[in-house]
Amino acid sequence: MSGTQTVVRAPKKSSSSRWSYAKVLLLISGFLILISAARLITGVNDLDSSGTVRATLIAAIPIGMAGLGGLWSERAGIVNIGLEGMMILGTFGAGYFGYFYGPWQGVVGAILLGALGGLLHAIATVTFGVDHIVSGVALNIIALGAVQYLAVLAFTGVPGGGQTQSPPVENLPAVTIDALSSPLADLEDRHWFVLSDVASILGALVTNLSVLTLLCLSLFVLTWWVLWKTAFGLRLRSCGENPAAAESLGVNVIRYKFTAVLISGGLAGLGGGFLALVAASQFRDGQTGGRGYIGLAAMIFGNWRPTGLLTGSMLFGYTDTLRLRGGGDTIHGLLLLVAVGLVILAVWQWRKHGQRAALVAALLGVLVAVWYAVTVSVPEGLAGMTPYLTTLLVLALFSQRLRMPAADGLSYRKGSAG
Amino acid sequence: MNSTTTNSGTPAEPGVDADVVVRLRGIGKTFPGVIANDDVNIDVRRGTVHAIVGENGAGKSTLMKILYGVQRPDSGTIEINGTAVDLGSPADAIDAGVGMVFQHFMLADNLTVLENVVLGSEKLHGIGAGARTEISRISDAYGLDIDPDAMVADLGVGARQRIEILKVIFRGAKIIILDEPTSVLVPQEVEALFDNLRELKEEGLAVIFISHKLDEVLSVADTVTVVRRGTTIDTVAASSVTAQELAELMVGSELPSPSTEESTVTTDVILQVEGLTMPGPSRKLLSDVSFTIHAGEILGVAGVEGNGQSELVEAIMGMRSNTTGRIAVDEVNIADLSTRERRESGIGYIPADRHRHGLLLEAPLWENRILGHQTREPNVSGPLIDRAGARADTQRIVEEYDVRTPSIDVLARALSGGNQQKLIIGREMSGKPQLLVASHPTRGVDVGAQAAIWEHIKRARHDGLAVLLISADLDELIGLSDTIQVILRGEMVGTFDPATVTPKELGSAMTGASA
Amino acid sequence: MKNERMARLTLAVGAPALALVAAFLITSLVLVLAGDSVTGVWGQILSPPSSRGFVNIINSASVYYLSAVAVAIGFRMNLFNIGVDGQYRVASFAAAVVAGEAWLPGYLNTVAAIVAAMLVGAAWAGIAGLLRVTRGVSEVISTIMLNAIATFLVAYLLRKAAVDNEGSNITATKEIPEGSWIPGFTVGGSPNEVYGFVFLAIVVGLVYGFVINRTRFGFDLRATGKSETAAVASGINVKRMGLIAMLLSGAVAGLVGLPILFGDAHAYGSTFQSGLGFAGIAIALLGRNHPFGIALGALLFAFLDEQSNPLQILLDVSPDIVKITQGVIVLTVVIAYEVVRRYGASREQQQVASALESQNKEVSA
Repeated sequence: MSGTQTVVRAPKKSSSSRWSYAKVLLLISGFLILISAARLITGVNDLDSSGTVRATLIAAIPIGMAGLGGLWSERAGIVNIGLEGMMILGTFGAGYFGYFYGPWQGVVGAILLGALGGLLHAIATVTFGVDHIVSGVALNIIALGAVQYLAVLAFTGVPGGGQTQSPPVENLPAVTIDALSSPLADLEDRHWFVLSDVASILGALVTNLSVLTLLCLSLFVLTWWVLWKTAFGLRLRSCGENPAAAESLGVNVIRYKFTAVLISGGLAGLGGGFLALVAASQFRDGQTGGRGYIGLAAMIFGNWRPTGLLTGSMLFGYTDTLRLRGGGDTIHGLLLLVAVGLVILAVWQWRKHGQRAALVAALLGVLVAVWYAVTVSVPEGLAGMTPYLTTLLVLALFSQRLRMPAADGLSYRKGSAG
Repeated sequence: MNSTTTNSGTPAEPGVDADVVVRLRGIGKTFPGVIANDDVNIDVRRGTVHAIVGENGAGKSTLMKILYGVQRPDSGTIEINGTAVDLGSPADAIDAGVGMVFQHFMLADNLTVLENVVLGSEKLHGIGAGARTEISRISDAYGLDIDPDAMVADLGVGARQRIEILKVIFRGAKIIILDEPTSVLVPQEVEALFDNLRELKEEGLAVIFISHKLDEVLSVADTVTVVRRGTTIDTVAASSVTAQELAELMVGSELPSPSTEESTVTTDVILQVEGLTMPGPSRKLLSDVSFTIHAGEILGVAGVEGNGQSELVEAIMGMRSNTTGRIAVDEVNIADLSTRERRESGIGYIPADRHRHGLLLEAPLWENRILGHQTREPNVSGPLIDRAGARADTQRIVEEYDVRTPSIDVLARALSGGNQQKLIIGREMSGKPQLLVASHPTRGVDVGAQAAIWEHIKRARHDGLAVLLISADLDELIGLSDTIQVILRGEMVGTFDPATVTPKELGSAMTGASA
Repeated sequence: MKNERMARLTLAVGAPALALVAAFLITSLVLVLAGDSVTGVWGQILSPPSSRGFVNIINSASVYYLSAVAVAIGFRMNLFNIGVDGQYRVASFAAAVVAGEAWLPGYLNTVAAIVAAMLVGAAWAGIAGLLRVTRGVSEVISTIMLNAIATFLVAYLLRKAAVDNEGSNITATKEIPEGSWIPGFTVGGSPNEVYGFVFLAIVVGLVYGFVINRTRFGFDLRATGKSETAAVASGINVKRMGLIAMLLSGAVAGLVGLPILFGDAHAYGSTFQSGLGFAGIAIALLGRNHPFGIALGALLFAFLDEQSNPLQILLDVSPDIVKITQGVIVLTVVIAYEVVRRYGASREQQQVASALESQNKEVSA
């Protein structure tokens, strides 16, 4: 066999080898040092208190679930803009079944209703080949209207409920590991460099953790395992990379896409259920607040992988939590972090010869730093924008360097193989 | 011609039916308005390489899709190892022991070799260590030189084809179909592939080999079946027939030979490229490329796909922003001009992929006539579109270039590939260009349209047109070009005279191996 | 070919008709499951509107029309401007402030406000366009984010710019002087007036249709939407087109709130109508981005809106049922279009093949 091989394309490093254990450890410790320093410099202890961490988790999970739903769908090649609508269906399902039957039935109801939305999207895109984004947008309109209509039907006249909300729903059980909880809280209160920060993070994880939170976190691990370590996952991913190749090998592409979108809807619904059952204790009109879309942004940020997605969700949850807990003052403190982050990014971009991008990042960093120095606080009314601005910023900075599944968004018809 | 064939196209040799692994009888397949296969009869024996030849559009690929379960035949029977089978999907075919290596590789770039190989057949050896061991075993046994953990996106064409072969053997195929396997290989790689095929044959496998390259077919096949217009014409033993005779069977008449006539090359330099360089992620995509084309001259560029041809074309058309170097058309430096301005300065462009770059499939023909020429008569008057003018001119093109269509309101996607290409040629010529950049101008086009297109290009050359011709069809290059250059890894590595060059010489230059 | 055009027209109309019937059936199903009266609801909705209702329909339709045209401009280029909602609110606010300050007299003031609205709307959409063209950010997500940001921004600025209007609890901008108001007209003795701005909507529609179909720019726009790769090869600067398309879309979106502003509210308050952007998306899809189709779609949606208002009082049915209908219409319409398109494609292939049968018999590989 001749040894001459003409390389068609320049070799790209496979993403799985980019993140070695050492690198990850380095990144985590770097982050801990940075945030601990920021806490000590700005004097805002709430920056990473256990209360903040807990709230971050609660804020991150719905976004993460939506993002996970998006991940399943897009890995099979279907873009799912309708996550917001499926989430809304989930909030209603949790409120309705949660109130009339019980909190666990609420969880199941949320998943089922979300999956129903997924079914509609799947029929439109997979069976009929409708443009994915159009179908998603239509689904959002339908879901919103349906839920508003059904809420009026289900909750008017019910004690504690009304046209736009359900009565309070019973809580799901929460877990606390007493042996660890108190000593960690103690360590946190000492405000020591890095040690107390670690204590607060661990403390939040062992105190009053809702069972649903555990369930949702485990879904990240489960997703990673199923999609990358099983035959089912390989086939599903192949549908999003090269459906013609998959079909030529006997994979039922249509069935896998359908399944993926149903799972996607279920996950988004679960995220909605989390909003109604853990983040709040009832269904409320408008509860989702755009988290379906923010979840998509987290998915893109995470390069269509569960670990990146979790990181991204935590990031969004964190900024939102800071705003809620500390208001304008804390967001003001966050500005410093953002400015430093942008400058570090600018340096990194410069070394990768993305000079124009580096200059833009540097300029933004300087602007934010100036804003921090000149003002004392961020006005309340504007602080509400934080999660959305963060999304825009994240997308603007990271959209270009990422690799989405090769056949994402394409309409596929059976028999296209060969 | 020396043959012992019957009308149904099967060799009348007694007593060897037990050796027949694939028997097709009366296969027919029709698509809306088009008959793809009609009464096809073929016997394939184990331990042989059986070639199926026919020109572009004869129905070979449809036949193979039927044998692989991608399409169901409308009529006829398929017998594998003596048992009638119904192949409703590739899974059925794989179960029956049929494996297919497609002309366009079915590989997912973002997955590893191992993931691509096990996909769909994970039960055979799992998806982890077991599979890895088996892949290495097959790779060693057949000399395929494959690393299971490499990312497919990083691999070249030859390696990808070997992965496709490994995929098929991994699944225990005893009947292997190869669809135009040599279309992406240079002569030396073709020899290596044929060695592999002979090894497979010796192991008792049956190899079915689709091609329209008669010399190659005769050098490796034992039996040859000729297909024309969807039906089997004849089946002969390869040793009993010459390429000429096969060609006549294929076409039914004399092939138009792309021979050069009197030279029309002048001394007026139309295109001058100097030091054209394009950086890339790991090596330069174009490296100091320089050449000249005169009025009345066709410069052919030969090379294995992926060595810079498309980058060269896009650089000249202004579709890439990071190139440096001088590009001058008729003494005017166009390197800073936009694509639109370059077209306006007199460059016509026939893109390699007409569906992606040459046409708006969902638009009617007259709107497609405007595409690429929307700043000039007769399509526009001022800022407005001149509908009447465009429609009239489209009608003219349809007549002059023999574009077969019921009307100019038909959407472009409804036309056959050949007619689409004729429309594009007509459109580009109408702009009275000085320079024509033609990238694979007759790819996927039936023989009649191909001959017509060659004729148009030669006539334009006679009138003073300069042509940059990129092609993977060595016959086309040798037949049309006045000069041939070879591109390898972004550099021009050799100049040849088409009248005296041999395919072996070209092949060596194209791969960088010494002749 | 007359027959060809007639056939195409039938297919083009058949799809939305089919979709409407499907939506009608699905809505009825929902009503049945919810235990509401199907005949009662449809009876009310399909009854002829009063003259007051008729005027309301025209007014709503003209606003919907502008919104849908804004979305359609984006759709023609395969860009999804979901941000019309945020764009028109920011623009209307800006217009209200400019008109309220009244730096210019009379109708000049109105013109100034219109220009301001278009500029602000274009700029707001331009952010998303710029992000898409320079950083590859999906305009779907960025416009949705900008919608949310617009909500906060406008609320914040409104508090800053608010003026105490006598006898009203609503925070609002300074009222626009009467000399700048656009007069309306009554129809058939109706108690309310049709907005004068309805003519603006018609003009916008005509200009849109003309530019898209008859100009070079429109050709470039449509070509880029049909095949970006072919557009690049043909010399179109696709990035510039993308940005311009978003700017134009935003500019038209900026006009969406103006009929209400100059015909009714005369100031921008915290209760200024919202949600008009999403209806625009639905109507653009229904009308297939065609200026006339969009008009019909706008009238339909406005009709459904108006006639469903009394449902709560008359039949104790939530008027939200109509939102379900509208959403279902969108989905059924796009499915119907796709089905029709595929049927049309295979039909066309057959036609072309049969027309050429007498000549060379074409054979596919």
